[in-house]
Amino acid sequence: MSRTHVNCEVNGDAVDFLTEDGESLLNALRDELGLIGAKEGCGTGDCGACSVIMDGRLQCACLIFAPEADGASITTCEGLASADELHPLQQCFLEGAALQCGICTPGFLIAAKALLDENPDPTETEVRYALAGNLCRCTGYDKIVRSVLEAAVQIRTPA
Amino acid sequence: MSTTEAAASTGTNGNGASGYRWVGTRPVRHDGLDKVAGKARYAADLNLPGMLYGHILRSPHPHARIVSIDTSAAEAMPGVKAVVTGADFPEAPPKGATRNLMCTVIARDTVLYSGHAVAAVAASTRREAKAAAEAIEVTYELLPHVLNISDAMADDAPVLHDNLFTRGVEPRPTEPSNIAARTVYERGDVEQGFAEADIVIEREFSTQAVHQGYIEPHACVVDCDQEGKAVIWASSQGHFMVRSSTATVLGWDTSRIKVIPAEIGGGFGGKTTIYIEPVAALLSTKAGRPVKIVMSREDVFRATGPAPGAIIKMKVGARNDGTITTAKAWLAYENGAFQGIAAMLGCMCVVSAYTLDHLYVEGFDVVLNRPVNVAYRAPSAPAAAFAMDSVVDEIAERVGMDPIDLRIHNCPSQGDPTPYGPKWPMIGLRECLEAIRDSDHYQSELPEGQGRGVASGFWFNIGEASSATVNLNENGTATVITGSPDIGGSRASMALMAAEELGLDVHLIQPVVGDTEVVGFTDVTEGSRATFATGMAVVEACRDLKEQLRKRAAKTWDCDVEEVEWVDGSAVHGPGEQEPLTLAAITGNAKRTGGPLGATASLNARGAGPAFSVQVADVSVDQETGRVTVERYTTAQDAGTAIHPSYVEGQMQGGVVQGIGWALNEEYIYSDDGNLENPGFLDYRIPVASDLPMIETCIVEVPNPSHPYGVRGVGEVGIVPPLPVMANAVADATGVRISDLPLSPPRVLEALTAAES
Repeated sequence: MSRTHVNCEVNGDAVDFLTEDGESLLNALRDELGLIGAKEGCGTGDCGACSVIMDGRLQCACLIFAPEADGASITTCEGLASADELHPLQQCFLEGAALQCGICTPGFLIAAKALLDENPDPTETEVRYALAGNLCRCTGYDKIVRSVLEAAVQIRTPA
Repeated sequence: MSTTEAAASTGTNGNGASGYRWVGTRPVRHDGLDKVAGKARYAADLNLPGMLYGHILRSPHPHARIVSIDTSAAEAMPGVKAVVTGADFPEAPPKGATRNLMCTVIARDTVLYSGHAVAAVAASTRREAKAAAEAIEVTYELLPHVLNISDAMADDAPVLHDNLFTRGVEPRPTEPSNIAARTVYERGDVEQGFAEADIVIEREFSTQAVHQGYIEPHACVVDCDQEGKAVIWASSQGHFMVRSSTATVLGWDTSRIKVIPAEIGGGFGGKTTIYIEPVAALLSTKAGRPVKIVMSREDVFRATGPAPGAIIKMKVGARNDGTITTAKAWLAYENGAFQGIAAMLGCMCVVSAYTLDHLYVEGFDVVLNRPVNVAYRAPSAPAAAFAMDSVVDEIAERVGMDPIDLRIHNCPSQGDPTPYGPKWPMIGLRECLEAIRDSDHYQSELPEGQGRGVASGFWFNIGEASSATVNLNENGTATVITGSPDIGGSRASMALMAAEELGLDVHLIQPVVGDTEVVGFTDVTEGSRATFATGMAVVEACRDLKEQLRKRAAKTWDCDVEEVEWVDGSAVHGPGEQEPLTLAAITGNAKRTGGPLGATASLNARGAGPAFSVQVADVSVDQETGRVTVERYTTAQDAGTAIHPSYVEGQMQGGVVQGIGWALNEEYIYSDDGNLENPGFLDYRIPVASDLPMIETCIVEVPNPSHPYGVRGVGEVGIVPPLPVMANAVADATGVRISDLPLSPPRVLEALTAAES
């Protein structure tokens, strides 16, 4: 089967890979680029575990064909932290015990980043609706929502 | 109100107020960074050189005889390296748990539910494997099927197993049936109890099968070598269980198998068994290559264990002063395609939150053409509590008593008999009831137009076998190795208990989940047992180490070991003639005092502490759509002692929300032809963030005397009360009592409309 050569930017790096036309961006990220942070929870865009930010928009990587990423700029969970510091969302999730099994955590972090990029001072209700496309079966969302609100405060008012 | 304030306001702590230095504090979990950085490796994240992808072909029919399987077309397809069917596996015994496991992993002569595995392919790519699996030609002879309890119990029902005769019935039946077992618990004389009652309420309830809904589908990678050995990377609630179950299905000696635990992406009971590991092992053996199998979400819904639906009939008598005089219960639980113990557990739980002199509880375990039940958080207890606590709510209404006061009035205490036999040890039900009664939530006025519901729940908790190894490193740090997978922060709990014992900063302790060859046997994580039982093993190993440390200090000081005490992480010379020796000083000098320091403990944990939870919710009901909105929710739960309060709260909140989903939305919906119609998260709707308020928590701490720190285990009981809490709150809001779950918009609207006309 012929394969398509895809060039894109992932977490600030120029990357390229070969992919079959019907392959998902999620499988390309995981199998071709070794970025395992995005998870497949459903493969149908219902759970958000594969959330990525592509050209500024929150997307389910399982619903995007890998060749569609050609020329795009993509942020995954692995791109949130700097070399010496976690992103405030990551730090707040840790301190707020916002993860239990952790399988949904990368997707929540990305969805929360997409929210805070657009709206740095969300209400609790806005956080809940912004995260409604991400399923967590462990936490009941309480500590996730609190951690996102806390991270928003920290981002708005750097120490 | 924050959860911390809620805890403080009830006079319970969960905040390290118990005199411990580390137990009860809230450090960042040790495995947390990998999980927020996207580095943590779950089973589906592993790729090996030369790895093949496995794909399992599943039955499209709920009940059929497999006439033939032709794999020749599949074997000739590109990329295909191996194909297996049931015929490649050892023969299953005619009945029993081993047969049920073997025949769940792969069907032999008969498929018993839509989604039952019948064959599998390993190929170079996912697509090749899927295409080849679909090219396998299976000829089925369709058999009549049964999908619900009433049909399956009928005299003329199609029988799933012609060698299944109802247990617990005298004389033993001569004809096979779908009723696998009958369980009875009785005490006193229920007729006398009803005669003593001023009011008697009789109701029938039903609940639907629901799925655990872990976000990570089952996944494994298996690599078998030419010597017949297998290495399995798997996501499970217990890798020793994966080893023994895989060995059983394959007829292998367990020593041929090593299981490396991957991180687990949620289980809730659903990963206490296996489905795919033996299939991948056989494919790997045939192909001589590693094989990865990852279930699709659809396969998870169709072929892995849901929690059962149930029908429960309750008849309860009470006096006008609120004393419950008797209860008679009839319970029937789905088991899925093979028999289980769902109804038996339901019988044990149904009236356990109440003191009763007279009771009669009868339960029936029923097989039908659905996937095999697997445990789901306090299995069977939620449906049982839904029935009993709905009736108790009606009693409170009828006698004009506050529903919490009525529950306190009928609350069992230490020494009272349980419905299933033994006496209650120290329990915290009364304290949970009082915590909710005194909570800001319960004391607040109910907002206009809303309804308020309360309920209580019980779960046993269990002990079982655990092992731990604790090694002290030369720099004064410690490594704690256990065999319990970390599902929701248990590494941190193990480290906290070790820190408390050794007097060592929790950040100097590295908790590790060891594979089946580096740590002693450890049972599956179930029954809320990891922090309780595996924690006991950690504490025992640390106590052994403290003895060793005292001896090393005595040797260093050339004194009697009795003169050495272990205080706050240092050896202290009782007579005071020596400067204290820190743990790091002793380990740094260990080579000169007898060698490295390490200890192992393996035990059968006894004395698991029963768990209770009491919860309250306020809801509003949209009269036009029937949609129920949870406006406020508070849960109190007896943790015994909260080792890491944040993760105790997390278990409480997570259990509540799963229960809310069960109560309001979730259900398995089957078509008449026996296929699951909603095998995806779009149509099987679990709660999302915008459905919910914050879940306020009150950690109640009535220590379990059988555990060195008083731990009871907190994983399960939180899911029990939400079913009756929601039903009682909806009844309060609307004046309409609904006895069939879920309280989904169409059902609520139908009930409201019926009540109006």
